[in-house]
Amino acid sequence: MFKYLKQLTSLVAMVAVLFTFTTESMAAKKSKTLKNTQKKGFVRCGVSQGLPGFSNADAAGNWTGVDVDVCRAVAAAVLGDANKVKFTPLSAKERFTALTSGEIDILSRNTTWTLSRDADIGLTFVGVNFYDGQGFMVRKSSGITSVNQFKNGISACTNIGTTTELNMRDFFNSKGISYEPVAFEKADEVVAAYDSGRCDTYTTDKSGLAAQRTKMSNPDEHIVLPETISKEPLGPVVRQGDSVWEDIVRWSLNAMIEAEEYGITSANADSMKTSENPAIKRLVGAEGELGAAFGLDNEWSLRIIKQVGNYGESYKRNIADTGILPDRGPNQLWTKGGILYVPPAR
Amino acid sequence: MNFKLKDLGPQLITVIAVVLIFGFFTYNAQINMEERGIEFGYGFLSQESSFDVQFSLIEYDGSHSYFRAYLVGLLNTILVSVIGIIIATILGVIIGVARLSPNYLINKFAAYYVEFFRNIPLLLQIFFWYFAALRALPLPQDADAIFGVFFLTIKGLYVPSFIWENFNIFFYSIVAAIIAIIVIRIHAKKLQETQGKQLPVFLISIGLIFILPLFSFLIGGVSLSFEIPQLKQLAATSFVYDGGLSLPPELIALTLSLSLYTATFIAECVRAGIQGVGKGQKEAAASIGLNPNQVLKLVIMPQALRIIIPPTTNQYLNLTKNSSLAAAIAYPDLVLVFAGTALMQTGKAIEIVSITMFTYLSLSISISILMNWYNKRIAIQEK
Repeated sequence: MFKYLKQLTSLVAMVAVLFTFTTESMAAKKSKTLKNTQKKGFVRCGVSQGLPGFSNADAAGNWTGVDVDVCRAVAAAVLGDANKVKFTPLSAKERFTALTSGEIDILSRNTTWTLSRDADIGLTFVGVNFYDGQGFMVRKSSGITSVNQFKNGISACTNIGTTTELNMRDFFNSKGISYEPVAFEKADEVVAAYDSGRCDTYTTDKSGLAAQRTKMSNPDEHIVLPETISKEPLGPVVRQGDSVWEDIVRWSLNAMIEAEEYGITSANADSMKTSENPAIKRLVGAEGELGAAFGLDNEWSLRIIKQVGNYGESYKRNIADTGILPDRGPNQLWTKGGILYVPPAR
Repeated sequence: MNFKLKDLGPQLITVIAVVLIFGFFTYNAQINMEERGIEFGYGFLSQESSFDVQFSLIEYDGSHSYFRAYLVGLLNTILVSVIGIIIATILGVIIGVARLSPNYLINKFAAYYVEFFRNIPLLLQIFFWYFAALRALPLPQDADAIFGVFFLTIKGLYVPSFIWENFNIFFYSIVAAIIAIIVIRIHAKKLQETQGKQLPVFLISIGLIFILPLFSFLIGGVSLSFEIPQLKQLAATSFVYDGGLSLPPELIALTLSLSLYTATFIAECVRAGIQGVGKGQKEAAASIGLNPNQVLKLVIMPQALRIIIPPTTNQYLNLTKNSSLAAAIAYPDLVLVFAGTALMQTGKAIEIVSITMFTYLSLSISISILMNWYNKRIAIQEK
């Protein structure tokens, strides 16, 4: 009896393994995050506490913005519905802890990709959805038109827990200017303090300045200075150690950008299935088996394009049409003079 | 000693339970951190912080270490707590006594003050003082000088700074005055106990503390001058005061709101303490010929203090812990500088939060020990 027991167990094990292979794809089995997301039925996404154009909730609690659209794209790819996202507003200070502790699965909160963040604290940056740089805002009436006019004793309002604080120090040190940093935890308080005259200048990413300017009591009284003092590539972040989930988020973003490159929009996506171009056919799921690599069906990218739109549509809807930054600047496709360039989906 | 299992059992179980719970959390944290590739360690404390802080009691800039940044935050927390405790105590005693005043207006004013400030959440009060009240202050260029040398503006309070010559001699003269006062007090007490004579100790003390430092000016070569803040133009409509000493509005708003809030609780402690001393005590003291001043000093206060001190200690602890709300208005306290910026720049959440927790614990325990010592000193000494 015991003689066969060993063989019997191995047979059972083999059957079990085969069974799991057939019912669950390899990727889903490897990715704990993907499995949990599918089980829960929604994507857990960390966003800002209100930055117009990037992630902002309206009075009814509907989130919009280019950062929000990254999470919606992932939801469309993974769950088939772009609305199945649970948004968690986070302060700059809370964001990484929320991600590493597993409270959220994607952090899409205008977060700058830096070496130390990528390497040190258990995070992985998956791409860039907005190329930004730090700038300064001042009152028009001050007559300042360039950062070269800053003088000793200037007070600068900003947020804590951001690269802004570090860039600001580098900048003022290199110019040899003494300054008074006034750092708040929440963006709304920074705006209120600057607006009331507590600070001479307000510094953060230029997109942020443009967005926050709309919140000032009189936006026309303020200007953003032309100089950019740092590189701020902003993009979505995931936890380290789940490469399948990482790939899904990366390629959901890439699919949006590549869709724009090939002229696929939410309106024409279905008709593109009959396109002559194999690259287009791959993106709308009419050719190849791209989704299988991360355990999704073949129409994952088609759903993103149909439900969320391509990158250009998202930019236009959230940032250009709202008057925040009508000019796309570096956030234009590489074919049109910008620096948006993503690896091919094939 | 005769230990019994019955007595020891519950103790042992408690200890084991505590160890197991802590062990579980530590193990859990370790596993999770390992899974996510986060390294644990306090090595970052010696690294360069590379961020600046608005307001610091010690020399600090971004080229110093994270540990130095921690000290900056800690000292700022202690500063706001100490100032807050002093103002809250003075205000609390005044309001507490005023609530017992027979004068209808004073009495009612004190009562309304307590009810009003006690029942509004502290965070709202901090926001009010910072964003509403201080924001109504003028811009530097529009500010009128107070007594010609103080400037209260939206960017802070600018006061003249002292420029001392031979400060050492002035300092020693104050130390000498304090020592002299202590000696005279001891002597006066002995004199009263042995001969029943009373010296005007208070007047002598006041005299000493003024006269000795005055001599240091006259013959010690000490001199003092002031550096008065000067308006400086940064841009067409941007001004700031240069020179002198500047107190940031964040510090002012925080101290103000913390002391106004905590004073209400201290006032109630004081009222309870004074009311807790029996009426008969006062009458008895008066009947043996003590004057009203002596009645208060020798009979009422020693008994009232025994009731006042323990709950007031709690209020001191509360004020210290509440000072962590500073982060909301950009006052660079321990929470904002260390558990805020430093945490974000290093990502060392567990390390930094644990250090911060232990720091607040140590601060609170220090205050407790100090107040318990004082409480024991004034407690009834059974002979």
